[in-house]
Amino acid sequence: MKILELHHLKKYYSTQKAVDDISFSIEQGSVFGLLGPNGAGKTTLLRMITGIFYPDSGEIIFEGKKFDVTKDIFRIGYMPEERGLYKKMKIGEQALYLARLKGLSRSEAISKIKEWFIKFEMQSWWNKKVEDLSKGMSQKLQFVTTVLHQPKLLILDEPFSGLDPVNSNLIKEEIFKMSKSGTTVIFSTHRMEQVEEICDHIVLMNKGKKILDGSVKQIKQDCKENHFRIGFHELPADVTSNAFELVGRQENDLIVKINDGFTPSSVLENFLKQKASIISFNEILPTLNEIFIKKVEDTAISRQFQEVT
Amino acid sequence: MGKIWLIIKREYLTRVRNKTFILSTILLPLFFIGFIAASTYFSMKSQDKQTIAVNDANGIFKNNLRSDDIIRYEYTSDVNMENFKLKGYTAFLNIPKNFDSRNDSISLVSDKNIGFVAEDKIKDQINSALRNKAFLEKNINKKVLDSINDLDVEKMYNFRPVIRKGNRNEQSNSGLAYGIGFGSGILIYITLFIYGAAVMRGVMEEKMNRIAEVIISSVRPFQLMLGKIIGIAAVGITQLLIWIVLIIGLSSLASVFVTHDAIQQAQNINNTMNAAGNESMALNILNAKSTFVQANWALIIPCFLFYFIGGYLFYASLFAAVGSVVNEDPQEAQSLMLPITMPIVLSFIIMTAAAAKPDTPIAIWASIIPFSSSIVMMARIPSGGVPLWQLALSMVSLVAGFILTTMLAAKIYRTGILLYGKKVTFREMSKWLFRKS
Repeated sequence: MKILELHHLKKYYSTQKAVDDISFSIEQGSVFGLLGPNGAGKTTLLRMITGIFYPDSGEIIFEGKKFDVTKDIFRIGYMPEERGLYKKMKIGEQALYLARLKGLSRSEAISKIKEWFIKFEMQSWWNKKVEDLSKGMSQKLQFVTTVLHQPKLLILDEPFSGLDPVNSNLIKEEIFKMSKSGTTVIFSTHRMEQVEEICDHIVLMNKGKKILDGSVKQIKQDCKENHFRIGFHELPADVTSNAFELVGRQENDLIVKINDGFTPSSVLENFLKQKASIISFNEILPTLNEIFIKKVEDTAISRQFQEVT
Repeated sequence: MGKIWLIIKREYLTRVRNKTFILSTILLPLFFIGFIAASTYFSMKSQDKQTIAVNDANGIFKNNLRSDDIIRYEYTSDVNMENFKLKGYTAFLNIPKNFDSRNDSISLVSDKNIGFVAEDKIKDQINSALRNKAFLEKNINKKVLDSINDLDVEKMYNFRPVIRKGNRNEQSNSGLAYGIGFGSGILIYITLFIYGAAVMRGVMEEKMNRIAEVIISSVRPFQLMLGKIIGIAAVGITQLLIWIVLIIGLSSLASVFVTHDAIQQAQNINNTMNAAGNESMALNILNAKSTFVQANWALIIPCFLFYFIGGYLFYASLFAAVGSVVNEDPQEAQSLMLPITMPIVLSFIIMTAAAAKPDTPIAIWASIIPFSSSIVMMARIPSGGVPLWQLALSMVSLVAGFILTTMLAAKIYRTGILLYGKKVTFREMSKWLFRKS
C-alpha cells in the first residue's frame, strides 16, 4: 500500500522554481531517501508534505485520501534541518509541550516521554534546561520529541548531523525498529553512505526536478558502466583486446570496461587463452556517491536564479 | 482551539515564572511610590534656614521685608559681597544707595544657587515692600493698609466649577481629569512598547532558536502567532492587576502617614507664612484625595481596560510581523520597527495636548483613528466631554483595526518566520501581503 503519493507538485518562488513538477510515491513501511544537492528543493518539498506550505499546483495523497493538514498533521513526525528547542525551558516540560501540540493527552504524553527517556538513558534530564545540553544531547532530545506521538510517517532532514557514531547508531537502530513496526521513514540527506545502508528506495532531485527514482539496487544496476575488476597472480603480457578497454591497473588487478556486444565470459576467455592465472573476477557497481556526483555534475553546481513565467 | 490554548499556557507560564517578571512587577510600583514619597519629603524638608544680609543704606525696606522661619533678613552695613559668607550669611542682598527703580538693580549674591522657591519668596517680599511704600506715599493710612494685607482672600469665597450636562450639574475638576487622562495615556503608551517589544522578542527567539519550524509542523503559523500575542496579553493584564492591588494597598498605607503628618505640616506652614511654593504639594494631595472620589470611575476603568487591551492587540501583531522577518542583526529590528514606533510616538505627542485640551479637532480625530485612539482617547475620557458617538466609533474602529492588522501581519509572519539569512525589504513584505493562501 502506498502511504504517500505526490502528483505533479509545483511550488514557485519569485526568483526560483523551487519544486517543478515532482511526482513519486512511497510504500508504507519503507525507508525512503530524498537526495539532492544544496538548493535542490528538498526542504520546500518536505514543507509541502508536512503542510507548512501549500503547493502552487499538484496533489498530495496521504493514506489514500487527499492530504488534510489539520487531521493528518498528527500522523506525521517532522524533524526539520533547521531545528531547535526553547533554550530556557525545562527538558521534561518541553517534551510534554511538543507532544501535546501533536495531539497527545497529558497522561499519554508523560508515559511516552518516560518510556523514551529510559530508552535513551535521559531520565535525569527532566528538570534540566536545554541550554545545559551539548549539541549531540539536544539532537537526541529533538529526535525523541519528533517520534513521541508514534507517527505513521516520519520525516527526518539530516538526522545524524552533529551526532557521534555511538548516538548515530542508537538513533539508526530506533529508526529500523520503527520501520519494522510499520512506520514509513523519509530521509533527506547528503550523506550517501548512510543512504546506501538505510534506504530501500530513493529519489534524487536537482534544480526542483526529479532526476532519479527507484530502489537502491535498481539504480545501481541502471547506472553501472560495465566495469569489472580482475585479479591475477601475475599480470598477463597482453592486456589489450577488442572485448574490453583497460580503465585502470592496481598492482596485480586490472579494471576493465567491457565493450558493447561482449560479455564477461568473452573477457575471461581472452585471458584464459593466455594461460593467465586469475584469482578473482568482480563486477564493480557504482556507489551512490558516484552516481550522485555524476548526475548532479551535469548541471551547474549552484543553482542560478531563473525567470519564472 | 485546543492548540492555541496550549500555546497561550506555555507563553504565560514561562513568562510569569520568570524572575525578571516577579522583580519588575514588585519593584516598579515600589519605585514609583518611593519616588513620589521621596520628592514630597524633600520638597517639605529641604528648606534649610537661610539668613540674608540686607544692605539697605537708605532704609527703603527697613522692617518691610518680613522674616519667617525659613528666611531671616538682617539689616547690616558692614557686610559686602566679599565677606558675607565669612560672617555666616547665606546670601547678600544689596540695595544701591539712592535706589532708583529705573536705573539701578537690586542684586542678590550667594555662593550657590539658593533655589527658586527662596528666590521667589524674596522677590515677593520686595514686591510687597515696594507696593506698601507706594501706598504710604499716596497717604494711605498704615493701619488700613496692614488690615487689608492681613486679609486671607482665598478663604473669603467658595469656587465651584460646574459642567452642565442635560439638566443636571456635575462638579468639574479639570486638574484631576488632566491627571487621570495624562496618566492613563502614558501608561498605555509605555505598556504598548513593553509588551509589543516582548512579542517581537518572543517571535525572534523562536525564529533564531530554529524551533519555529518544529512548532509549525504541528500548528498553523497563525495559531502560533495568536497564542503568543494572547499569552503575553494575559501576562500584561496580570501585571497590571498586581500593580493596581499594590498601589491601592501601598497608598492606603501611605495615606495613614500622609494625612497625619501632612495635615499638621501643611497647617503649620500655612499659619507661619504666606502661601507659596512647597506646601502646595501637600495641600494638593489633600485636595486630590477628596476629589479623587468624584471622578467618573465607572466609565474610566472599563474604558481604560478596553483601550489597554485594544491598543495592545492592534500593535502586537505588527510587532510579531517585524520579529518574524528579522535575522540575527538587532539593528535590522530597529529600522523595521520604525513604521510601528512612529505612530505610537506621534499618538503620545497628540495625547499630551489632548489631555489639556480634549476637544480640539486633532484630539477628536486622533481618538477615533485606531492607530492613535488607544492612547489619545484615554486622555479625553476623564474630562467627561466625549460624546457617545465618538466613543462608539472609536471602539468599533479599534476592534476592526486590530482584526485587520492581525490578518495582514499573519501573512508576513507566516513567510518571514521560515526565512533565514535574507534581509527582507518592505517591498517584499508588501508582496507577501497580497499573495493568496
